[in-house]
Amino acid sequence: MDRREFFTLKRRAKATSPKPYAGLRQIYSGLAPYSGPWTEKEVIHLLKRTMFGAKRADIEHFKNMSLSQAVDELLNVPTSLPAPPVKNYDNADIDATDGDYTVAQGATWVNTISKDPGANIRRMNSLKCWWIGNMINQDRSIREKMILFWHNHWTTESTMYDEIGTYGYRYHNLLCESAVGNFKKLVKDMTLNVAMLRYLNGYLNTYTAPDENYARELQELFTLGKENNPNYTEDDVMTAARVLTGWRIKPEDESVYFKPQDHDKNSKTFSSFYNGAVIAGRSDATGGEAELDDLINMIFTKSVEVSEFIVKKLYTWFVYYTIEPDTITNVIKPLARQFRDSGWEIKPVLATLLKSEHFFDPNSQGCLIKSPLDMIVMLMREFDVAMPAASDYVNYYNMLEFLHNQSVLMQQNIGDPPGVSGWPAYYQLPQFYEMWINHDTVPKRARFIETMLMRGYMRDNVKLIIDPVAFTKNSWPQALARDPNLLIDAIVEVLYRVPLSATVKAKLKGEILLSGQVQDYYWSDEYDKLYNTPGDMAAYNTVATRLQTLFLRLMNLAEYQLA
Amino acid sequence: MKRRDFFKQTLPASVTLPALLNGFSVKAFTGASPLVRALMATDTDKVLVMIQLNGGNDGLNMVIPIEIYRDYYNARSNIAIAQNKILPLNGTSKTGLHPSMTGIQTLYNENKVAIVQAVGYDRPNFSHFRATDIWMSASDSEQVLYSGWIGRYLNLEFPNFPFGYPTAQMPDPLAIQIGSVASLASQGPSFPMGMTISDPSTFYDYLDNVNDPVPATPWGKELEYIRMIMGQTEAYGNVIRAAAAKVTSQGSYPSNNDLAQQLRIVARLVKGGLKTRVYMVSTGGFDTHSSQVDTADTTVGTHAKLMARVSDAIKCFMDDLKGLGVEDRVIGMTFSEFGRRIKSNGSYGTDHGAAAPVILFGKNIRGGIIGTNPTISSNARLNDNVPYQYDFRSIYASILRQWFCVNDADLKTVLLRDFPNIPLVINPACGATGIDDVRNDGEQLIINYPNPFVERTTITFNTKGGHTLVQVLDTMGRVIRVLTDKVYTSGTYTVTFDGYGLPLGVYYARFQNGATQQVRPMLKTR
Repeated sequence: MDRREFFTLKRRAKATSPKPYAGLRQIYSGLAPYSGPWTEKEVIHLLKRTMFGAKRADIEHFKNMSLSQAVDELLNVPTSLPAPPVKNYDNADIDATDGDYTVAQGATWVNTISKDPGANIRRMNSLKCWWIGNMINQDRSIREKMILFWHNHWTTESTMYDEIGTYGYRYHNLLCESAVGNFKKLVKDMTLNVAMLRYLNGYLNTYTAPDENYARELQELFTLGKENNPNYTEDDVMTAARVLTGWRIKPEDESVYFKPQDHDKNSKTFSSFYNGAVIAGRSDATGGEAELDDLINMIFTKSVEVSEFIVKKLYTWFVYYTIEPDTITNVIKPLARQFRDSGWEIKPVLATLLKSEHFFDPNSQGCLIKSPLDMIVMLMREFDVAMPAASDYVNYYNMLEFLHNQSVLMQQNIGDPPGVSGWPAYYQLPQFYEMWINHDTVPKRARFIETMLMRGYMRDNVKLIIDPVAFTKNSWPQALARDPNLLIDAIVEVLYRVPLSATVKAKLKGEILLSGQVQDYYWSDEYDKLYNTPGDMAAYNTVATRLQTLFLRLMNLAEYQLA
Repeated sequence: MKRRDFFKQTLPASVTLPALLNGFSVKAFTGASPLVRALMATDTDKVLVMIQLNGGNDGLNMVIPIEIYRDYYNARSNIAIAQNKILPLNGTSKTGLHPSMTGIQTLYNENKVAIVQAVGYDRPNFSHFRATDIWMSASDSEQVLYSGWIGRYLNLEFPNFPFGYPTAQMPDPLAIQIGSVASLASQGPSFPMGMTISDPSTFYDYLDNVNDPVPATPWGKELEYIRMIMGQTEAYGNVIRAAAAKVTSQGSYPSNNDLAQQLRIVARLVKGGLKTRVYMVSTGGFDTHSSQVDTADTTVGTHAKLMARVSDAIKCFMDDLKGLGVEDRVIGMTFSEFGRRIKSNGSYGTDHGAAAPVILFGKNIRGGIIGTNPTISSNARLNDNVPYQYDFRSIYASILRQWFCVNDADLKTVLLRDFPNIPLVINPACGATGIDDVRNDGEQLIINYPNPFVERTTITFNTKGGHTLVQVLDTMGRVIRVLTDKVYTSGTYTVTFDGYGLPLGVYYARFQNGATQQVRPMLKTR
């Protein structure tokens, strides 16, 4: 067995330990501002990582700015919330006395509490569809990528809070408002969020029988991580659980409140990891919040641990999963310092990272395997697939539901990650992103691509399908697209993040665009007919079927799965 | 003669074998010679099915210690199963099963189930994902391994995988995970050794890819990985489809039981003739921090449904294997990343705990209960945990040796250390195992006096001779003292435990003599 394969946690703490996997990355760049070329290639890299895909209009928009301006615009997330999800279902089997019954179809349900399990299942489905719709219709900002990042970090599973739609909506709202906000504030807000309180049993945590579920994950998954040495102890988990006793959810209005009678009023003493900190017991109505503030302040005294843990997670999300000693020194530690110095603001950290030499290093590019949502939403956006208008809510949600179901099949069920640690692709050693790709999910990805290109998804006479001709015409001028060599180059540049050899391009051109002929003008002549004889359906079909086949081939190669 | 035996006997000296198997020489050797590679793999038709209970199963409400019912009840009165509802087991009055587990009860009484008590490891981890990694990788508590125990076993048998596979000798996937997420258990030292499928009849035919060479960069690594999986999907898709198609009728499985549906696929592929050695299935929902029972009736509710799901699924699977005529070839085991706390919480649930029982099933399992009931103090406290009697890797070692005929030297390369074998499985091909029968129900092998004690107590133990270990564990399952760890001649010995300076409370003396293990609770008082 390879000696490097095993070593202990203690040894791991030393930055000089070699990583036992993927040891082929040689990357030494740091956080100095990137000053290299700023061409379509770099714009596409930035967009594929910070948004769902690089849409032609977005590429054009950002390539006329400087990198710094582009990143600033992406980080300037809107302060308003997206229009809320609507009732896209009918009242069948919903109790007529339930609040949901009176919500009109097409109107939003988020302001009306429902106790009906059947209604809530449908609300949660509406919320998930809507969430994917937000991604598809995202504005030019990093917000949707960060909402998903935080969802993976501050995991909740809707099935564990009885799929109560209003809980899910309030949870999403918090992620949305905090997307690039203050992390320390988010720790407090999330602790008292109704969905989280329910998900990790905070609402049951009582003086007489502390429930340590949230107290553990608060430290292990949300702030400090497991890998510090020394680290918080099992006793710290139980002590933190005592601090957090007494928070309750009021059934009538689903508000979160503090009930002093259920709170542990004794003082709480922590381990030497926290320097033996003591949180004074309180018994009054404000005691719960005061003790929570003390607890968060105490955890944040371990500022190096917290900052490095969060920065590493951001790094794994936006750059790559291998973090070798040079990257610790050149990227993680200085970013973590900036994170602490800025008072736990996320935005400046992202600005530094996204504008850095490291982010644009060739070794940082093209190595991210698309998550199912990446793949699905990127496809929808990059090909500008026509969707029904949001006001046509029945059809709009039907189409989103198809996309959501596809994502579930490929192992990403938004709103319901597989466990409290989030999706394994972001934490499971040694495979990380590779976890998305296996013998079960790969055929499902391929089938989705084939459906979207060849047949389309049809429901109630509305069809979701890639229009290869419209996409090509809208993306490139006639003069470019009529040249099969330039066209393949241009398509590869936007669909792939890795190069394709001249041999393969020649093969694709010859076999597909030229149908086995050798003269480029066979393609050019057919393509020109789109413009010269717009009603010529035979010519249109010739172009359309060739483009379809070309896209199918390109998207079925492994290269398409990288971003 | 088995292929592996032949290989061994043609080697000049047995001493060189571990070095050969352990290092690169075999790899280089087999790379050059397909003949030797074929000789390497043990010829076996045996199959192991691993059932993962995701979330941390409450072992104390699954395998219930009737002999200390009062302490059990006191520790968890709001979720305790009423004594008259516990399912009895033939041949013992000390231990019974959750009332939902009638299927397992039947199999137990047919001598097709073994229950190993209090399986765990030193310094248990209470985090879901770290504890899962420990079980999957078979590591020590603080050791980080990036490969799984099944992956290392398969890598030992098929050292060149995935290069050149499938081969004529091994045309099928080495391991199959039912579901859509691969687990660490089947991760080999460099490559995943298993395959992940959810439906054996649907695969995708890839277009004839023209592949550019891959550079040594991060994107090159990822590209190569995706291509490898695409290639395997194509290569193995046909054999799996063909195997599935051969089986046209099966026993019945409940449609609303996800575990049963997964096991149905396993039975179908085994009968269909795949040479795949390991199948992994999993089912979730075991993280029962709250409402694990109905407040009105503790025999129904979340945990009861989970127990029924597991028990019914295994029973249907065993019936089907019998009907298909392949029950001789298959054994299975359940495991969960940890058990739960002895004392229940106020939410009618239980928090993360330590050791828990493991259930093994199969016609060739040596039935019975192995080990003693966990000890529960009469006033169980919030953070009392079940201390481990059996290291989980002893079970892995026993399966590898007694079912897959892996020899001791190879076992050590798979599990990285020696773990005592427990007699669990019967496979005559693996030869007489010479393992003690440890169903020492009732025989007290370790006691201490005085108990309770103030500062010091004397521990008396009875060894059959050979390697003997006495450790002291605290309630968190941590080993705090090793009192002896050496070879003895058979007889009765004493050692002294000096608890000066330790907090008051319960400690456990853990005795291990070969495969025999026992735990004795000791109470330190003022």
